[in-house]
Amino acid sequence: MSGGLYDMSVKSFDRTLDLSRIKAYGDTMNDGKVQLSFTLPVKDDERGMEAARQLARKMGLEEPNVAGAVKLDEDFTFYVVYGACVHTVDYEHIEVKTVESSVMSMEEVNDYIRSHFGRKLVFVGASTGTDAHTVGIDAIMNRKGFAGHYGLERYEMIEAYNLGAQVENGDFVKKALELNADVLLVSQTVTQKDVHIRNMTELIELLEAEGIRSRFVLICGGARITHELAKELGFDAGFGPRKFAEDVASFAVEEMTRRGLDR
Amino acid sequence: MASKLNLDQNKVERARAAARKVATDTQAFIDRHTTVTVERAVCRLLLIDGVNEVGVPLPNVVVDHLLEKGLLPYGAAYALGNAMAETGLSPQEIAEAVDKGELDLSRVSPHSEAEIRAAIEPVARATVERIRKNVARRNGFLSEYGDKEGPYLYVIVATGNIYEDIVQAKAAARQGADVIAVIRTTGQSLLDYVPYGATTEGFGGTYATQENFRLMRAALDEVGAEEHRYIRLCNYCSGLCMPEIAAMGALERLDVMLNDALYGILFRDINMQRTLIDQSFSRRINAFAGVIINTGEDNYLTTADAVEEAHTVLASQFLNEQFALCAGLPEEQQGLGHAFEIDPARENGFLYELAQAQMAREIFPKAPLKYMPPTKFMTGNIFRGHVQDALFNMVTILTGQKIHLLGMMTEAIHTPFMSDRALSIENARYVFNTMKDLGEEMTFRPDGIMARRADEVLTRAADLLEKIRRDGLFATLERGTFADIKRMRDGGKGLSGVVLRAEGYCNPFLTLLDGGAK
Repeated sequence: MSGGLYDMSVKSFDRTLDLSRIKAYGDTMNDGKVQLSFTLPVKDDERGMEAARQLARKMGLEEPNVAGAVKLDEDFTFYVVYGACVHTVDYEHIEVKTVESSVMSMEEVNDYIRSHFGRKLVFVGASTGTDAHTVGIDAIMNRKGFAGHYGLERYEMIEAYNLGAQVENGDFVKKALELNADVLLVSQTVTQKDVHIRNMTELIELLEAEGIRSRFVLICGGARITHELAKELGFDAGFGPRKFAEDVASFAVEEMTRRGLDR
Repeated sequence: MASKLNLDQNKVERARAAARKVATDTQAFIDRHTTVTVERAVCRLLLIDGVNEVGVPLPNVVVDHLLEKGLLPYGAAYALGNAMAETGLSPQEIAEAVDKGELDLSRVSPHSEAEIRAAIEPVARATVERIRKNVARRNGFLSEYGDKEGPYLYVIVATGNIYEDIVQAKAAARQGADVIAVIRTTGQSLLDYVPYGATTEGFGGTYATQENFRLMRAALDEVGAEEHRYIRLCNYCSGLCMPEIAAMGALERLDVMLNDALYGILFRDINMQRTLIDQSFSRRINAFAGVIINTGEDNYLTTADAVEEAHTVLASQFLNEQFALCAGLPEEQQGLGHAFEIDPARENGFLYELAQAQMAREIFPKAPLKYMPPTKFMTGNIFRGHVQDALFNMVTILTGQKIHLLGMMTEAIHTPFMSDRALSIENARYVFNTMKDLGEEMTFRPDGIMARRADEVLTRAADLLEKIRRDGLFATLERGTFADIKRMRDGGKGLSGVVLRAEGYCNPFLTLLDGGAK
């Protein structure tokens, strides 16, 4: 595709930033430029490219440009598409549920626990249900931690028990009671067919049936977990990607104070 | 081959000798025991198949019956052979009769060892012949089409539905994949039975069943004929049913199996005695069936640090090599594993990756090494991910890794889309082609960063293996040496399925499968 190197078209749109109507940004304010890629179950030909263009238009892309088409199989073609998205978003009135707690360092968490609780707090974590992935719970709990953030096992004032993967909810609760846990951490990596939602709901139901829900600070985490989802399911907090042991620990200890579980 | 890393061969020999002693000591323990899944594998090799009215697989019905009656220490083949000598029924008919409660194997009058052997041997030999034919068929395809030179491109399919898997697998094969692995549904490794029939529901993967194996094998043979290439099929010979999966794979001509001596102990909390016994028989089957095993050292680095714990990867490779040799599985079938998992932020991290891969290549020259892509440091930034995968591809072509598990830029986001796989194959082919002989052109400084790094890792691995030899493997696992994970000798799942063999234990496949089919 020649001539695409520099965009010579006259830009007729308003280039001032309006936070109540923001658009996607390519290289000019309000140009609306987005890139996307997808596969269609069709042959790699002109008709397929037109199908890709039409789909892009239906997604709100003006002047869609099918920059690439790659044959994946006889009847499957992969498209790379650029276009200007007509939609705007009112950024000023967005409300997002995020975990509201200041993030303390490991030492600050230890000090906080010493002064507020005067004893070690017990954190019990697991990847529950059929989920075999330990990467999430390990990143938060393992002594070494992840990306330079030490895990909970290293916190002097935290007794951390990582039960590993594929822990049934029933066993998890049993172990939590046995260890006299203060905080329960649930990691969910597999989200295919919403198995994580069923699994996390089951845990809440189990705790409520036993009448012990309020005894624990209950936190979930995983690559596809949001705080909003966590709250909706009845957890106290949810942590997604780019959250580390100190985020989890800070929230947990402050939540215990909020609930009057200190002293 | 001259060492590019100036490896000290004395240290290599020291490490290997220690690993050999660990494996042979453990093998003595293994040879005194059997397990429920070893015996169910024997049932499967005697062609007992199917499920009863409530969905229990008949091999489980028979083995549970033998366990209950106290007959399992003699081996399933003993009881079945005895019943065959008495009744003239086939193993399948005996299993059905046991299921219906019509036959109690503890009440069959005992026949002589010679009579039992005479009954069981023809059936066992027929199975062995079937497996031998599968091996011949594979070799036939390979000589007709020729085998792939250079790295095998290995991709996964994981839809949960075997029929959808087939669509994806065929597309991947046409795009250039050489090995198709059907990821198992999450949780299957902890089932103490193998599900039955074609399956369309799974989470994060598809059940390993014999019928699913058969369906995918046929599909790959079909696309292989079109493409004039042999497409290898891979599955997971791990968990609580290692030998049964091996038996099913041998019967349906799988080519590659994940099959590690220690993985289940560490990562699935399966009892160590159970896994060590199971891996031995599963490898004997895999050896005979010409299956390339893949070992799971890469997994260590998903929990432990890839720079600090690199020597545990090497130590485990030595152990897997020696356990495999004990089970009769030759070096040419040992896809020893490792991975590209160093933090991208690490200065000179690529040099350490290259050193580790080159070292593995030199220490295990005949092994078709399995190299795993970055996963731990893959983020939602797919564009950076594609670059990480390109660097990983470079290590493979520079150091001659053989089974190259393609990295997906969407790792950590979802199971691969069809397009992810295509982009990944394109990436690997580009790097492999444009750098094809670069490895041959390169030498490393004898006192450089890479040579020093390799020496450090080798030294620590040799020291560790000597310590394991002194302490014993069980005590080492109890101490948390691998992947920072501690496991207890009597802990974990599946210990109740471990049985001490009795005098007169019978398993005709131990000798029939010895020595390989080629």
